[in-house]
Amino acid sequence: MDISLQNIEYRYQAKTPFERLAIKDVSIDIPTGTYMALIGHTGSGKSTVLQHLNALLLPTEGTVVIGNHEVKAKQKNKNLRQIRQKVGIVFQFPEHQLFEETVEKDIIFGPMNFGVSEAAAKERARLALKQVGLAEEILEKSPFDLSGGQMRRVAIAGVLAMEPECLVLDEPTAGLDPRGRKEIMDMFYSLHKERNLSTILVTHSMEDAARYADQIVIMQEGHVVKQGTPVEIFSSVSELVDMGLDVPEVVRFQRSLEEKLGIKLGATYLSIEELSSAVAELLRGAPV
Amino acid sequence: MMEKMIIGRYVPAESLIHRMDPRSKLIIIFLFVCIIFLANNMLTYVLIGIYTFLMLGLSRIPFRFLYAGLKPVLWLVLFTLLLQVFFTKDGSLLYELGPIKIYEEGVRQGIFISMRFFFLILMTSLLTLTTTPIEITDGLETLLNPLKKVRFPVHEMALMMSISLRFIPTLMQETDKIMKAQIARGVEFSSGPVKERIKAVIPLLIPLFVSSFKRAEELAIAMEARGYRGGEGRTKYRLLRWKLADTMQLLILAILTILLILLRS
Ligand SMILES: Nc1ncnc2c1ncn2[C@@H]1O[C@H](COP(=O)(O)OP(=O)(O)OP(=O)(O)O)[C@@H](O)[C@H]1O
Ligand SMILES: [Mg+2]
Repeated sequence: MDISLQNIEYRYQAKTPFERLAIKDVSIDIPTGTYMALIGHTGSGKSTVLQHLNALLLPTEGTVVIGNHEVKAKQKNKNLRQIRQKVGIVFQFPEHQLFEETVEKDIIFGPMNFGVSEAAAKERARLALKQVGLAEEILEKSPFDLSGGQMRRVAIAGVLAMEPECLVLDEPTAGLDPRGRKEIMDMFYSLHKERNLSTILVTHSMEDAARYADQIVIMQEGHVVKQGTPVEIFSSVSELVDMGLDVPEVVRFQRSLEEKLGIKLGATYLSIEELSSAVAELLRGAPV
Repeated sequence: MMEKMIIGRYVPAESLIHRMDPRSKLIIIFLFVCIIFLANNMLTYVLIGIYTFLMLGLSRIPFRFLYAGLKPVLWLVLFTLLLQVFFTKDGSLLYELGPIKIYEEGVRQGIFISMRFFFLILMTSLLTLTTTPIEITDGLETLLNPLKKVRFPVHEMALMMSISLRFIPTLMQETDKIMKAQIARGVEFSSGPVKERIKAVIPLLIPLFVSSFKRAEELAIAMEARGYRGGEGRTKYRLLRWKLADTMQLLILAILTILLILLRS
C-alpha cells in the first residue's frame, strides 16, 4: 500500500491563543515495502507526521493519500476506520494502552474491533505473541502483573495481531535494555521483509536508522530538510552535527581513521563488516 | 479532542487583570456572585453586563477565543431560557399555539435568569483565564488562613488543590494519547451506537486510572524524599502583593453595588 503525504501542514489547537504550527509543507512518499526512518531533534514534528499516516490527525492543509483513500484538509473524511485497520501504529510507551484482564483479551481487542472472529483473533494472538518473543503461558496472565519489557511486547503484539499492511513505529524501544531493543528491532525488520510491510520508524538511534532503513528523512522545526538513502545521509557528517544529530559510530570511526591516516576510503560504510573489509583491502593494497 | 475547552485554562498575557493580586480577584468574584442577585430589572442587569464586559476588555482575552470556548455553555444558557419561557405561568398571556402558552413573566424571568447565568460564567472564566492555578491556590490559602484557628486544614486543602490543578494538563495529555492509541486499535469514541460508545470508555478509563495511581505514588515518594512535612513553619517563595489597582477594583465593585441598590426596583 503506497502512502503519500502531499504538502501537509498541521496546527495544534488551531484558532485558539494556544495555536501552534507543528509541521509545515511536509511531502513524503512511502511506496509499498519501504522501510523509512524519520529522524530529527526533539520537537521537530516527527510524531505529528506519524499520526497523519493513519488519520489520527487530519492535516490542516494538504492531502494524505493512503492506499486508495484520500484524506484532504478541511473536508469531511469518511472511512477512516478502514485506514486504521491497514495502518498499525505502535506509540511511544505503548504499554500504557493495556487495559484488559488477560494478555489474550488485550491482544485480540484490536482484531475483534475490526470484525475478526474470536477464534481467528485468538489464533493471531498466539502467533503475535511468538513473534514478539513471549511464551504462550503468559496469555492467561493479567498484563499488569508483567515486567515493563514484557508489557511493551504484549502491547506490540496487540498491534501486530491486527495484521496491518503498514507499520508505524514511534520510538518503539525507548527505555528498553540493549538486548530487548535489538530483539524487537530485528523482529520488526524480519516482519517487514516477510510480509513486504511498509515500515515507518521514528528513532533517535542513528545506528537503527543506518541498519534497517532504505530511506531516511530528516526533520527540523516542522520541515523535511533532507531525504536519502542511509549512505547519502550519513556521508555528510558535519551537516548532521550542525542539525544537532548524531552519526553512527562506524561512520565516526571511519572519519577519524581517514583523518589520522590522511586517506580517503571510496564510500561511506554503515556496518563494521563492510568497513573492516574496506580497511583490510586498503592495507593489503598499500605500499609497504 | 478537548482542545477548544477553555474552562479552567490560563491564557498568559500582559493586562491589568492578569497583574492583579489573586486575593482581590477571589474577593471580587465572591462578592460579584452575591451582588448579582441584587439585579432585578433591565437597568440593573445592563449595569452588570457593562461591568462584566469592561472586565473582559481589560483582560485582553480575544473575544473570538472566548466565544469558541464557551459555545457549549451557551447552549446551557439557551436551555435555561427556554425552560423558563415555557414553564412559567405568571403574568399576562403573550402567545398561544395549541398546548404551548407563553406568559409575560416567563419571558422576563427567562431573560433575567439566563443573563445572570451568562455573566456568572463569564466572570468566573475570567478568573481562571487570567490567574495561574498556583496563584489561585496561594490566594485561597492566604484568604482562608484565619480558619486555621478552628483547626480547618487550610494548608492541606490548598496543597490538594494545587496538585489537582497541576495534574489536569497532564491528565488531558494522557487522555489524548490513550484515546489515540485505542482509536488506532479500532475503538470509536465519537460515532456509532450509544451502547458501543459507553463501552468504549473502559479502554480509556482503566489505563488512566492505572497511570494516575502510579503517578500519585511517585509524587508521594518524591515529596517525602525532599523532606515534605506539611505546612508547619513553611515559608513561601512567591509573595502576594496588594497593589493600588486591587484597591481600585474593589472600589469599582463597591460603586457598582451602590448603584445596584439604588436602581433596583
Ligand atoms: N498536543 C499538542 N498540543 C500542542 N502542541 C503540540 C502538541 N503535541 C505536539 N505539539 C508541538 O508540536 C511540535 C512537534 O511535536 P512532535 O511531538 O511532533 O515532536 P517530535 O519530533 O515527535 O519530538 P520527540 O522527539 O520529542 O518525540 C512541538 O513543538 C510540540 O511542542
Ligand atoms: Mg515524538
